[in-house]
Amino acid sequence: MPDDSVPRRQFLLGAGLAGTAIAAGLAEPVEAQQTAAAAGAAAAPAAPDAEPFVTLSALEAAFITAAVDTLIPADELSPSGSDCGVAIFIDRQLGSAWGGGAKMYRAGPFRKGKPEQGYQLALSPREYFAAGITAANAWTRKTFAGKDFDRLAPADRVAALKAMEEGKAEFENFSARAFFAQLHGITMAGFFADPIYGGNRNKAGWKVLGFPGLPATYADKIDAYRDKRYVADPQSIADFS
Amino acid sequence: MATKLKEIDAVVIGMGFSGTILSRELTKAGLNVVGLERGADRNPADEFTLTRLRDELRYVQRLELMQDNSTDTITFRNAPDEGALPVRRFGAFLPGEGVGGTGIHWGALHWRFLPTDFRIKSVLTEKYGAKSIPDAMTIQDWPVSYDELEPHYDRFDKLCGVSGQAGNLRGKLIAGGNPFEGPRSEHYPNKAIKTGVGPAIFSEAAKSLGYHPFPVPVATSSAAYVNPEGITLGACEYCGHCNRTACEANAKASPNVNMMPVLRTEPKFELRTRAFVTRLIYDKQAKRVTGVAYTDMRTGEDYEQPAGLVVLSSFVFGNTQQLLLAGIGEAYDPRTGKGVVGKNYCYQFEAGGEAFFEGREFNPFMGAPGMGTAIDDFNGENFDHSGLGFFGGGYINCAQGGAPPIGGRTLPKGEPRWGVGWKQAEAKWYRSNTRFNTQGSVYAHRDNFMDLDPTYKDALGRPLVRLTYNATENDHKMSRYLVEKMEGVIKAMKPTHYEVHNRPKNFTIVPYQSTHCTGGTMMGTDPGNSVVNRYLQVWDAHNLFVQGASVFPQQHGYNPTGTLGALAYWSARAITDTYLKSPGPLVHA
Repeated sequence: MPDDSVPRRQFLLGAGLAGTAIAAGLAEPVEAQQTAAAAGAAAAPAAPDAEPFVTLSALEAAFITAAVDTLIPADELSPSGSDCGVAIFIDRQLGSAWGGGAKMYRAGPFRKGKPEQGYQLALSPREYFAAGITAANAWTRKTFAGKDFDRLAPADRVAALKAMEEGKAEFENFSARAFFAQLHGITMAGFFADPIYGGNRNKAGWKVLGFPGLPATYADKIDAYRDKRYVADPQSIADFS
Repeated sequence: MATKLKEIDAVVIGMGFSGTILSRELTKAGLNVVGLERGADRNPADEFTLTRLRDELRYVQRLELMQDNSTDTITFRNAPDEGALPVRRFGAFLPGEGVGGTGIHWGALHWRFLPTDFRIKSVLTEKYGAKSIPDAMTIQDWPVSYDELEPHYDRFDKLCGVSGQAGNLRGKLIAGGNPFEGPRSEHYPNKAIKTGVGPAIFSEAAKSLGYHPFPVPVATSSAAYVNPEGITLGACEYCGHCNRTACEANAKASPNVNMMPVLRTEPKFELRTRAFVTRLIYDKQAKRVTGVAYTDMRTGEDYEQPAGLVVLSSFVFGNTQQLLLAGIGEAYDPRTGKGVVGKNYCYQFEAGGEAFFEGREFNPFMGAPGMGTAIDDFNGENFDHSGLGFFGGGYINCAQGGAPPIGGRTLPKGEPRWGVGWKQAEAKWYRSNTRFNTQGSVYAHRDNFMDLDPTYKDALGRPLVRLTYNATENDHKMSRYLVEKMEGVIKAMKPTHYEVHNRPKNFTIVPYQSTHCTGGTMMGTDPGNSVVNRYLQVWDAHNLFVQGASVFPQQHGYNPTGTLGALAYWSARAITDTYLKSPGPLVHA
């Protein structure tokens, strides 16, 4: 996406209005549809159904959209991450019971452990991503002439994510490397999970791999397809519902 | 104030494989049994269904069937001088919760230990001299032999409809099976399951090096099968979704499918779910437990359930915690080496690799965790350890376990993990790689143990189990040796590219390795070296029997469930044939 092709203010306003409109049961403003579509569009056609974010703030949604489009760029194999619904997937996951920290031991005291002891923060996944996005934007503003991550030119976005991945980005009071790992993990989950969760739209991720999806009953196919590619038009849970 | 209920003949705590086997055997012997399960009832008609199970996000990533860590977890540290911190979400291992326990989502690799494993300390002493065993290596012989357990292994094989190829039938070696296995009294109930292209190449390469490859035995029936409980199992569909989920085909064995239907119609059995057992009620003077205290998680009401006999069959951590909380047996102290409860925590030391074959089509999404071939040439005492500087070993295998798209992808080093070129790399390699694993033993170490955490508590206010565990020098040497042998086979497979991965120096609680936790209530020959006797009866409470891998003195180079099931039948036989006729210690200390 060219650097300043979409005025950020307009995007934020539009996305925010979209959320409000849904909450109020109103029709989505035309402006929001246009800007959301423009923001999501890259080489790929605009998503046919631009869904509103229900968990992420407009600022967070802009970050996530830019991040998933950098991790999963549009090319001949699939549309961009956000056009495949990955940003919506992340929004829904962070709003789910998992995002709220379900099944997670959250009693204190909270102490910094060794890496071997695993995750030791008090934050739920939803809170973790909120804090991570804030820290990432603060770092990009410091490093890239005052710009939030989503305002960076494509090459700078790649450089920023690389710096986080390699632990070279120094976030204030937050591990950039750990944040990148979480961001990468949830993005991959969004690209490859069953489309019922909002990502992997049109089974784009599965088509990249040649993963057939459901029903996955292969007793009669293992031998028939030895050293021979088994090709099937992938089917999701929704296709059987 | 807890409501005191009417006394029952027997209470069984935890409805996994051991708990359901004991419930069944005790009701058959005429006892009225209450099964207490702290999680949900998991009824296959509801949960083990399509399309629900074909959901990698729900089951594999978000761990639908696993223990709820918000209610209960453990704390962990690498060494006794470090501070332990809670495992906020399980990672390295994944105990299950609810009826079926860890027996629902397991990979169903179904092994027996070697005859020499059961007398490992004696064998090492005889072969290499007593001095060759390091002081810190607190291994000991099992108080039961392979031959004694064999009929019970056989019963568990049949309950589960295990598929495999016998290698040693009553002492006669059979080509194509594992020549190192202990003698089996019967063939596997089902023929070996199919194999994938990768494992087939592995098999040829292993043979070319003089090794002895064979199909991995699995508790997944390769054909329709009626088990001795009269339950009809289906045939494996090779869906590739086995691990961390249930089986809609009723092919992969689980307590829910292979045993619970009988218990559900048994008038002498009552199942109480969401019943969280907080405490064993122990009469130290009388050396017996009088019952259990539990909380009904649906109402918050506390109950006391008096019982004549108590079977403790929760996971390794729960079993150890219950004994420590009740003060049954002496808690282990690593500084003095005294005490036994919590001692000899062991794990599985696994390392692996991948091989990539450019342009080949392996259809990796078709599979089952055990759909593979293995060699057992470097397990236990199947090979000479003279001069190697370590003891133990493990099987080496190549399996096509399914490749669910979120977690089942793998790329060669150097390929991008995201961004430009990443999807092209996935498209190139996803369908043409195969994976390897070494199932390394863990011989107990003085400093690896469990006790109660001084700081962190569960949702019911009880101290969490504190796990102190790290890999040892012996583990690393053993594992590097196995990886080297594995690499030799991989090279002989002539892949385009391959990678092998040795384990990091320290054990880490993430990522997933295996759920093969063992020890803490080990079995042995006297109260000085064990918590339970050879029949799994607690030395200090004769009407309390502890089941599961917590009784293993150490962990050998195989998945533990086969031995866990055999021990459950062995223990049940001692209870029903001997103990019930004359309740008291079955072995005199």
